[in-house]
Amino acid sequence: MNKIIYYTFIGFILVFLQVFILNKILFYGYINPYLYIAFVFFFPIRENRFFFLFVAFLLGLIVDIFSDSGGIHIFSILTIAYLRLFFLKIYFRKTPIDFPFFNLQKEPFGKIFNFTITLTIIHHLILFSLANFSFENFSNVLLNTFYSSIFTLILFFIGNYIFIKKQ
Amino acid sequence: MQQLISFIQKYKYLLFFIILQFIAISLTISNNSFHKSKFLNSTNIISGGLYEKSSNISDYFNLRGQNEILVKENIFLRNRLAKTQIKKETQIDIKKIDSVGHIQKYTYTFAKIIKNEYSKPFNYLLIDKGSAEGINKEMAVFNSKGIIGITEKITNNYTRIQSILNKNSKISASIKNGSNYFGPLVWNGKDYNTVQLTDIPRQANVKVGDTIITSGRSTIFPEGILIGSVLKVKNEKSTDNEISIRLFNDMSNLRYVSIVKNLHKIELKNLEDE
Repeated sequence: MNKIIYYTFIGFILVFLQVFILNKILFYGYINPYLYIAFVFFFPIRENRFFFLFVAFLLGLIVDIFSDSGGIHIFSILTIAYLRLFFLKIYFRKTPIDFPFFNLQKEPFGKIFNFTITLTIIHHLILFSLANFSFENFSNVLLNTFYSSIFTLILFFIGNYIFIKKQ
Repeated sequence: MQQLISFIQKYKYLLFFIILQFIAISLTISNNSFHKSKFLNSTNIISGGLYEKSSNISDYFNLRGQNEILVKENIFLRNRLAKTQIKKETQIDIKKIDSVGHIQKYTYTFAKIIKNEYSKPFNYLLIDKGSAEGINKEMAVFNSKGIIGITEKITNNYTRIQSILNKNSKISASIKNGSNYFGPLVWNGKDYNTVQLTDIPRQANVKVGDTIITSGRSTIFPEGILIGSVLKVKNEKSTDNEISIRLFNDMSNLRYVSIVKNLHKIELKNLEDE
Protein backbone atom coordinates (compact mmCIF):
# COMPACT_ATOMS: atom_id res chain seq x y z
CA MET A 1 0.00 0.00 0.00
CA ASN A 2 2.83 2.34 0.93
CA LYS A 3 4.35 1.69 -2.46
CA ILE A 4 1.20 2.78 -4.23
CA ILE A 5 1.03 6.09 -2.33
CA TYR A 6 4.71 6.67 -3.08
CA TYR A 7 4.22 6.14 -6.82
CA THR A 8 1.09 8.33 -6.87
CA PHE A 9 3.11 11.09 -5.23
CA ILE A 10 5.82 10.72 -7.89
CA GLY A 11 3.08 10.90 -10.53
CA PHE A 12 1.95 14.29 -9.22
CA ILE A 13 5.54 15.58 -9.16
CA LEU A 14 5.91 14.46 -12.80
CA VAL A 15 2.75 16.36 -13.75
CA PHE A 16 3.96 19.61 -12.23
CA LEU A 17 7.34 19.13 -13.90
CA GLN A 18 5.42 18.67 -17.16
CA VAL A 19 3.23 21.75 -16.74
CA PHE A 20 5.82 24.27 -15.59
CA ILE A 21 9.02 23.16 -17.31
CA LEU A 22 8.56 20.58 -20.05
CA ASN A 23 5.56 22.31 -21.70
CA LYS A 24 7.78 25.33 -22.30
CA ILE A 25 10.62 23.54 -24.13
CA LEU A 26 8.99 23.59 -27.61
CA PHE A 27 12.12 22.57 -29.47
CA TYR A 28 11.91 23.97 -33.06
CA GLY A 29 8.59 25.52 -32.08
CA TYR A 30 6.59 22.33 -31.71
CA ILE A 31 8.59 19.30 -30.50
CA ASN A 32 7.76 18.74 -26.86
CA PRO A 33 8.38 15.83 -24.46
CA TYR A 34 5.43 14.42 -22.50
CA LEU A 35 7.30 12.80 -19.65
CA TYR A 36 4.33 12.52 -17.27
CA ILE A 37 3.22 9.32 -19.01
CA ALA A 38 6.19 7.62 -17.28
CA PHE A 39 3.73 7.27 -14.40
CA VAL A 40 1.88 4.62 -16.41
CA PHE A 41 5.11 2.70 -17.08
CA PHE A 42 6.24 2.17 -13.51
CA PHE A 43 3.05 2.19 -11.43
CA PRO A 44 2.79 -1.17 -9.59
CA ILE A 45 0.35 -3.72 -10.99
CA ARG A 46 -2.46 -4.73 -8.66
CA GLU A 47 -5.54 -6.88 -8.97
CA ASN A 48 -7.82 -3.86 -8.42
CA ARG A 49 -7.28 -1.40 -11.25
CA PHE A 50 -9.87 1.23 -10.31
CA PHE A 51 -7.40 3.30 -8.32
CA PHE A 52 -4.79 3.23 -11.08
CA LEU A 53 -7.30 4.30 -13.75
CA PHE A 54 -8.64 7.03 -11.48
CA VAL A 55 -5.18 8.49 -10.73
CA ALA A 56 -4.36 8.41 -14.46
CA PHE A 57 -7.59 10.32 -15.08
CA LEU A 58 -6.68 12.86 -12.39
CA LEU A 59 -3.18 13.44 -13.78
CA GLY A 60 -4.58 13.95 -17.27
CA LEU A 61 -7.12 16.39 -15.85
CA ILE A 62 -4.42 18.50 -14.18
CA VAL A 63 -2.35 18.70 -17.36
CA ASP A 64 -5.49 19.61 -19.33
CA ILE A 65 -6.49 22.39 -16.95
CA PHE A 66 -3.07 23.95 -17.17
CA SER A 67 -2.76 23.69 -20.94
CA ASP A 68 -6.37 24.66 -21.84
CA SER A 69 -6.85 21.63 -24.03
CA GLY A 70 -10.26 20.28 -23.05
CA GLY A 71 -9.85 16.56 -22.35
CA ILE A 72 -7.21 15.37 -24.80
CA HIS A 73 -4.59 14.50 -22.17
CA ILE A 74 -7.15 12.60 -20.09
CA PHE A 75 -8.23 10.61 -23.12
CA SER A 76 -4.75 9.64 -24.24
CA ILE A 77 -3.28 8.78 -20.83
CA LEU A 78 -6.37 6.72 -19.91
CA THR A 79 -6.05 4.75 -23.13
CA ILE A 80 -2.48 3.70 -22.42
CA ALA A 81 -3.31 3.10 -18.75
CA TYR A 82 -6.03 0.68 -19.84
CA LEU A 83 -3.92 -1.00 -22.53
CA ARG A 84 -0.91 -1.42 -20.23
CA LEU A 85 -1.91 -4.84 -18.91
CA PHE A 86 -2.38 -6.19 -22.42
CA PHE A 87 1.11 -5.12 -23.49
CA LEU A 88 2.64 -6.40 -20.24
CA LYS A 89 1.25 -9.81 -21.07
CA ILE A 90 2.57 -9.64 -24.63
CA TYR A 91 6.08 -8.32 -24.03
CA PHE A 92 6.99 -9.74 -20.62
CA ARG A 93 4.94 -12.96 -20.81
CA LYS A 94 3.61 -12.59 -17.28
CA THR A 95 0.66 -14.43 -15.77
CA PRO A 96 -1.56 -12.80 -13.10
CA ILE A 97 0.37 -14.71 -10.42
CA ASP A 98 3.57 -12.78 -11.25
CA PHE A 99 1.94 -9.33 -11.10
CA PRO A 100 2.52 -8.47 -7.39
CA PHE A 101 6.26 -9.17 -7.80
CA PHE A 102 6.66 -7.42 -11.12
CA ASN A 103 9.31 -4.69 -11.21
CA LEU A 104 10.06 -2.83 -14.43
CA GLN A 105 13.69 -2.15 -13.47
CA LYS A 106 14.52 -5.82 -13.10
CA GLU A 107 13.48 -6.68 -16.63
CA PRO A 108 15.96 -6.79 -19.56
CA PHE A 109 16.44 -3.50 -21.40
CA GLY A 110 15.18 -4.77 -24.75
CA LYS A 111 11.78 -5.70 -23.33
CA ILE A 112 11.43 -2.40 -21.44
CA PHE A 113 12.32 -0.56 -24.63
CA ASN A 114 9.63 -2.33 -26.68
CA PHE A 115 7.05 -1.79 -23.96
CA THR A 116 7.71 1.94 -23.45
CA ILE A 117 8.04 2.73 -27.16
CA THR A 118 4.67 1.11 -27.95
CA LEU A 119 2.80 2.94 -25.19
CA THR A 120 4.53 6.28 -25.97
CA ILE A 121 3.65 6.15 -29.66
CA ILE A 122 0.03 5.20 -28.94
CA HIS A 123 -0.25 8.04 -26.42
CA HIS A 124 1.32 10.67 -28.67
CA LEU A 125 -0.64 9.63 -31.73
CA ILE A 126 -3.96 9.94 -29.89
CA LEU A 127 -2.87 13.18 -28.23
CA PHE A 128 -1.84 14.97 -31.43
CA SER A 129 -4.79 13.66 -33.45
CA LEU A 130 -7.21 14.98 -30.84
CA ALA A 131 -5.29 18.26 -30.54
CA ASN A 132 -5.57 18.69 -34.30
CA PHE A 133 -9.30 17.84 -34.17
CA SER A 134 -9.70 17.49 -37.93
CA PHE A 135 -8.36 15.36 -40.76
CA GLU A 136 -6.37 18.22 -42.27
CA ASN A 137 -2.61 18.38 -41.68
CA PHE A 138 -2.41 14.70 -40.84
CA SER A 139 1.22 14.56 -41.98
CA ASN A 140 1.95 17.17 -39.29
CA VAL A 141 0.35 14.92 -36.68
CA LEU A 142 2.53 11.99 -37.71
CA LEU A 143 5.72 14.08 -37.73
CA ASN A 144 4.87 15.55 -34.35
CA THR A 145 4.21 12.07 -32.96
CA PHE A 146 7.50 10.78 -34.30
CA TYR A 147 9.75 13.58 -33.03
CA SER A 148 8.00 14.03 -29.68
CA SER A 149 8.11 10.28 -29.03
CA ILE A 150 11.87 10.27 -29.54
CA PHE A 151 12.23 13.24 -27.17
CA THR A 152 10.00 11.66 -24.50
CA LEU A 153 11.80 8.32 -24.65
CA ILE A 154 15.26 9.90 -24.44
CA LEU A 155 14.19 11.88 -21.37
CA PHE A 156 12.57 8.81 -19.82
CA PHE A 157 15.68 6.63 -20.21
CA ILE A 158 18.02 9.38 -18.97
CA GLY A 159 15.77 9.93 -15.93
CA ASN A 160 15.59 6.20 -15.36
CA TYR A 161 19.38 5.92 -15.50
CA ILE A 162 20.00 8.85 -13.14
CA PHE A 163 17.33 8.43 -10.49
CA ILE A 164 16.84 4.71 -10.16
CA LYS A 165 19.60 2.76 -8.50
CA LYS A 166 20.53 -0.59 -9.92
CA GLN A 167 20.31 -3.35 -7.38
CA MET B 1 -30.40 -10.25 -13.49
CA GLN B 2 -27.76 -12.78 -12.54
CA GLN B 3 -26.29 -12.51 -16.01
CA LEU B 4 -26.27 -8.74 -15.88
CA ILE B 5 -24.38 -8.74 -12.59
CA SER B 6 -21.87 -11.25 -13.85
CA PHE B 7 -21.45 -9.19 -17.00
CA ILE B 8 -20.68 -6.09 -14.92
CA GLN B 9 -18.35 -8.18 -12.74
CA LYS B 10 -16.49 -9.40 -15.77
CA TYR B 11 -16.16 -6.07 -17.58
CA LYS B 12 -16.02 -3.66 -14.62
CA TYR B 13 -12.65 -2.18 -15.62
CA LEU B 14 -13.71 -1.74 -19.23
CA LEU B 15 -16.94 -0.03 -18.12
CA PHE B 16 -15.07 2.29 -15.75
CA PHE B 17 -12.59 3.04 -18.51
CA ILE B 18 -15.38 3.86 -20.96
CA ILE B 19 -17.12 6.18 -18.47
CA LEU B 20 -13.90 8.14 -17.89
CA GLN B 21 -13.16 8.29 -21.63
CA PHE B 22 -16.65 9.61 -22.24
CA ILE B 23 -16.00 12.46 -19.78
CA ALA B 24 -12.72 13.23 -21.56
CA ILE B 25 -14.24 13.28 -25.04
CA SER B 26 -17.14 15.52 -23.99
CA LEU B 27 -14.67 17.95 -22.40
CA THR B 28 -12.64 17.97 -25.63
CA ILE B 29 -15.65 18.65 -27.81
CA SER B 30 -17.00 21.41 -25.59
CA ASN B 31 -13.54 23.03 -25.54
CA ASN B 32 -13.27 23.08 -29.32
CA SER B 33 -16.59 24.80 -29.97
CA PHE B 34 -16.31 28.55 -29.72
CA HIS B 35 -17.75 30.22 -26.59
CA LYS B 36 -18.74 26.95 -25.03
CA SER B 37 -15.68 26.03 -22.98
CA LYS B 38 -17.31 26.23 -19.60
CA PHE B 39 -15.78 23.52 -17.47
CA LEU B 40 -12.06 23.33 -17.86
CA ASN B 41 -9.69 26.17 -18.40
CA SER B 42 -6.74 27.78 -16.75
CA THR B 43 -8.53 30.95 -15.61
CA ASN B 44 -9.47 29.42 -12.25
CA ILE B 45 -7.86 30.71 -9.07
CA ILE B 46 -5.42 27.82 -8.54
CA SER B 47 -3.88 27.40 -11.98
CA GLY B 48 -4.13 31.14 -12.72
CA GLY B 49 -2.34 31.98 -9.47
CA LEU B 50 0.37 29.38 -10.07
CA TYR B 51 0.94 30.66 -13.61
CA GLU B 52 1.25 34.19 -12.25
CA LYS B 53 3.93 33.09 -9.76
CA SER B 54 5.89 31.24 -12.42
CA SER B 55 5.67 34.21 -14.80
CA ASN B 56 6.92 36.55 -12.07
CA ILE B 57 10.11 34.49 -11.99
CA SER B 58 10.57 34.21 -15.74
CA ASP B 59 9.93 37.97 -16.20
CA TYR B 60 13.52 38.77 -15.28
CA PHE B 61 14.95 36.87 -18.21
CA ASN B 62 13.58 39.15 -20.90
CA LEU B 63 13.58 42.55 -19.21
CA ARG B 64 16.13 43.93 -21.66
CA GLY B 65 14.11 43.04 -24.75
CA GLN B 66 10.88 44.40 -23.26
CA ASN B 67 12.62 47.67 -22.37
CA GLU B 68 13.75 48.12 -25.95
CA ILE B 69 10.20 47.58 -27.23
CA LEU B 70 8.90 50.10 -24.70
CA VAL B 71 11.43 52.74 -25.71
CA LYS B 72 10.59 52.26 -29.38
CA GLU B 73 6.88 52.60 -28.71
CA ASN B 74 7.49 55.71 -26.61
CA ILE B 75 9.40 57.36 -29.42
CA PHE B 76 6.70 56.43 -31.90
CA LEU B 77 3.99 57.92 -29.67
CA ARG B 78 6.03 61.07 -29.02
CA ASN B 79 6.38 61.59 -32.77
CA ARG B 80 2.64 61.24 -33.17
CA LEU B 81 2.00 63.65 -30.35
CA ALA B 82 4.30 66.22 -31.94
CA LYS B 83 2.43 65.89 -35.23
CA THR B 84 -0.98 66.43 -33.66
CA GLN B 85 0.32 69.45 -31.78
CA ILE B 86 1.42 71.06 -35.04
CA LYS B 87 -2.00 70.36 -36.50
CA LYS B 88 -3.73 71.90 -33.54
CA GLU B 89 -1.66 75.08 -33.73
CA THR B 90 -2.32 75.53 -37.44
CA GLN B 91 -5.98 74.68 -37.29
CA ILE B 92 -6.90 76.50 -34.13
CA ASP B 93 -8.54 79.36 -35.99
CA ILE B 94 -10.74 77.23 -38.17
CA LYS B 95 -11.78 74.50 -35.80
CA LYS B 96 -14.15 75.20 -32.98
CA ILE B 97 -13.38 73.06 -29.96
CA ASP B 98 -16.61 71.74 -28.54
CA SER B 99 -16.18 69.56 -25.48
CA VAL B 100 -19.77 68.30 -25.57
CA GLY B 101 -19.62 67.10 -29.15
CA HIS B 102 -16.41 65.22 -28.55
CA ILE B 103 -17.21 61.60 -27.76
CA GLN B 104 -14.51 59.12 -26.98
CA LYS B 105 -14.95 55.80 -28.76
CA TYR B 106 -12.23 53.55 -27.36
CA THR B 107 -10.52 53.15 -23.99
CA TYR B 108 -7.26 51.26 -23.55
CA THR B 109 -5.88 49.32 -20.64
CA PHE B 110 -2.77 47.19 -20.29
CA ALA B 111 -2.09 43.69 -18.92
CA LYS B 112 0.70 41.18 -18.61
CA ILE B 113 0.66 37.78 -20.32
CA ILE B 114 1.26 35.05 -17.77
CA LYS B 115 0.89 32.09 -20.10
CA ASN B 116 1.63 31.97 -23.81
CA GLU B 117 0.96 29.21 -26.35
CA TYR B 118 1.76 29.07 -30.04
CA SER B 119 2.55 25.47 -30.95
CA LYS B 120 -0.90 23.87 -30.91
CA PRO B 121 -3.74 24.08 -33.44
CA PHE B 122 -5.96 25.81 -30.83
CA ASN B 123 -3.91 28.30 -28.82
CA TYR B 124 -4.99 30.35 -25.82
CA LEU B 125 -3.19 33.01 -23.77
CA LEU B 126 -3.74 34.00 -20.17
CA ILE B 127 -3.44 37.57 -18.80
CA ASP B 128 -3.36 38.81 -15.21
CA LYS B 129 -6.44 41.07 -15.34
CA GLY B 130 -10.10 40.16 -15.20
CA SER B 131 -13.57 41.51 -14.66
CA ALA B 132 -12.36 43.36 -11.54
CA GLU B 133 -10.43 45.69 -13.91
CA GLY B 134 -13.38 46.06 -16.26
CA ILE B 135 -12.46 43.48 -18.89
CA ASN B 136 -15.36 41.90 -20.76
CA LYS B 137 -15.96 39.26 -23.38
CA GLU B 138 -14.90 40.01 -26.97
CA MET B 139 -12.46 42.81 -26.41
CA ALA B 140 -9.48 43.27 -28.73
CA VAL B 141 -5.96 42.49 -27.50
CA PHE B 142 -2.85 43.82 -29.26
CA ASN B 143 0.61 45.28 -28.62
CA SER B 144 2.82 47.83 -30.35
CA LYS B 145 3.72 45.40 -33.16
CA GLY B 146 0.31 44.02 -34.01
CA ILE B 147 -2.82 42.15 -33.04
CA ILE B 148 -2.76 39.20 -30.63
CA GLY B 149 -6.32 37.99 -30.06
CA ILE B 150 -9.74 38.45 -28.50
CA THR B 151 -10.76 38.03 -24.85
CA GLU B 152 -12.90 34.98 -24.42
CA LYS B 153 -13.36 33.70 -20.87
CA ILE B 154 -13.22 36.00 -17.86
CA THR B 155 -12.98 35.38 -14.14
CA ASN B 156 -12.47 37.94 -11.42
CA ASN B 157 -8.69 38.26 -11.78
CA TYR B 158 -7.71 36.42 -14.95
CA THR B 159 -8.77 36.39 -18.58
CA ARG B 160 -8.31 33.81 -21.27
CA ILE B 161 -7.56 35.15 -24.75
CA GLN B 162 -8.26 33.30 -27.95
CA SER B 163 -5.06 33.85 -29.89
CA ILE B 164 -5.12 34.68 -33.61
CA LEU B 165 -3.16 31.41 -33.80
CA ASN B 166 -6.36 29.45 -33.20
CA LYS B 167 -8.25 27.60 -35.90
CA ASN B 168 -11.52 29.11 -34.61
CA SER B 169 -10.24 32.67 -34.87
CA LYS B 170 -11.71 34.95 -37.55
CA ILE B 171 -10.76 38.62 -37.69
CA SER B 172 -11.80 41.12 -40.34
CA ALA B 173 -8.69 42.50 -42.06
CA SER B 174 -8.00 44.75 -45.03
CA ILE B 175 -5.09 45.91 -47.19
CA LYS B 176 -3.45 49.23 -46.42
CA ASN B 177 -3.22 50.67 -49.92
CA GLY B 178 -6.24 52.89 -50.17
CA SER B 179 -8.62 50.21 -51.40
CA ASN B 180 -11.53 49.04 -49.29
CA TYR B 181 -11.27 45.31 -49.89
CA PHE B 182 -11.59 43.24 -46.75
CA GLY B 183 -11.83 39.60 -45.71
CA PRO B 184 -11.58 37.28 -42.73
CA LEU B 185 -8.14 36.49 -41.34
CA VAL B 186 -7.76 32.83 -40.40
CA TRP B 187 -4.98 30.43 -39.40
CA ASN B 188 -4.42 26.98 -40.90
CA GLY B 189 -2.58 25.65 -37.84
CA LYS B 190 0.81 25.11 -39.48
CA ASP B 191 3.35 27.87 -38.91
CA TYR B 192 3.05 30.32 -36.03
CA ASN B 193 4.60 33.16 -38.05
CA THR B 194 2.13 33.10 -40.95
CA VAL B 195 -1.65 33.55 -41.06
CA GLN B 196 -4.02 33.51 -44.05
CA LEU B 197 -6.27 36.21 -45.43
CA THR B 198 -9.18 34.74 -47.41
CA ASP B 199 -12.09 35.96 -49.54
CA ILE B 200 -10.28 38.95 -51.01
CA PRO B 201 -11.75 39.47 -54.50
CA ARG B 202 -9.45 38.59 -57.38
CA GLN B 203 -9.51 42.08 -58.88
CA ALA B 204 -7.88 43.49 -55.74
CA ASN B 205 -4.33 44.46 -56.51
CA VAL B 206 -2.28 42.74 -53.80
CA LYS B 207 1.51 42.67 -53.99
CA VAL B 208 4.10 40.89 -51.89
CA GLY B 209 5.15 43.21 -49.07
CA ASP B 210 1.81 45.08 -48.73
CA THR B 211 0.83 45.87 -45.15
CA ILE B 212 -2.29 44.23 -43.76
CA ILE B 213 -4.29 46.06 -41.05
CA THR B 214 -7.54 45.48 -39.18
CA SER B 215 -10.50 46.74 -41.16
CA GLY B 216 -12.56 48.21 -38.30
CA ARG B 217 -15.69 46.57 -39.69
CA SER B 218 -16.35 44.51 -36.57
CA THR B 219 -17.21 45.97 -33.20
CA ILE B 220 -14.10 44.43 -31.63
CA PHE B 221 -10.98 45.84 -33.31
CA PRO B 222 -10.49 49.56 -34.02
CA GLU B 223 -9.42 50.34 -37.57
CA GLY B 224 -5.77 50.36 -38.56
CA ILE B 225 -4.06 48.11 -36.04
CA LEU B 226 -1.10 46.41 -37.70
CA ILE B 227 -1.21 42.71 -38.53
CA GLY B 228 1.57 41.76 -40.92
CA SER B 229 2.90 41.95 -44.45
CA VAL B 230 1.92 39.89 -47.50
CA LEU B 231 4.27 36.94 -47.95
CA LYS B 232 2.74 35.08 -50.87
CA VAL B 233 -0.14 35.66 -53.30
CA LYS B 234 -1.70 32.80 -55.25
CA ASN B 235 -1.58 33.65 -58.95
CA GLU B 236 -3.39 30.66 -60.36
CA LYS B 237 -7.11 30.97 -61.02
CA SER B 238 -8.79 29.26 -58.13
CA THR B 239 -11.84 29.96 -56.02
CA ASP B 240 -10.03 30.13 -52.72
CA ASN B 241 -8.08 33.32 -53.05
CA GLU B 242 -5.78 32.75 -50.12
CA ILE B 243 -3.06 35.26 -49.24
CA SER B 244 -0.27 34.26 -46.84
CA ILE B 245 0.67 36.94 -44.34
CA ARG B 246 3.76 37.14 -42.20
CA LEU B 247 2.91 38.53 -38.75
CA PHE B 248 4.85 41.55 -37.45
CA ASN B 249 4.54 40.10 -33.96
CA ASP B 250 6.76 37.27 -32.84
CA MET B 251 3.98 35.29 -31.18
CA SER B 252 6.46 33.18 -29.21
CA ASN B 253 7.85 36.24 -27.42
CA LEU B 254 5.05 38.33 -25.91
CA ARG B 255 4.85 40.06 -22.53
CA TYR B 256 2.79 43.24 -22.19
CA VAL B 257 -0.41 43.82 -24.16
CA SER B 258 -3.06 46.52 -24.57
CA ILE B 259 -6.75 45.76 -24.37
CA VAL B 260 -9.30 47.91 -26.19
CA LYS B 261 -12.80 48.57 -24.99
CA ASN B 262 -15.26 49.82 -27.57
CA LEU B 263 -17.59 52.26 -25.79
CA HIS B 264 -20.00 52.30 -28.73
CA LYS B 265 -20.31 48.55 -28.91
CA ILE B 266 -23.77 48.18 -27.39
CA GLU B 267 -25.09 51.01 -29.55
CA LEU B 268 -23.70 49.35 -32.70
CA LYS B 269 -24.98 45.91 -31.73
CA ASN B 270 -28.46 47.27 -31.08
CA LEU B 271 -28.49 48.96 -34.45
CA GLU B 272 -27.44 45.76 -36.19
CA ASP B 273 -30.04 43.67 -34.40
CA GLU B 274 -32.96 45.89 -35.33
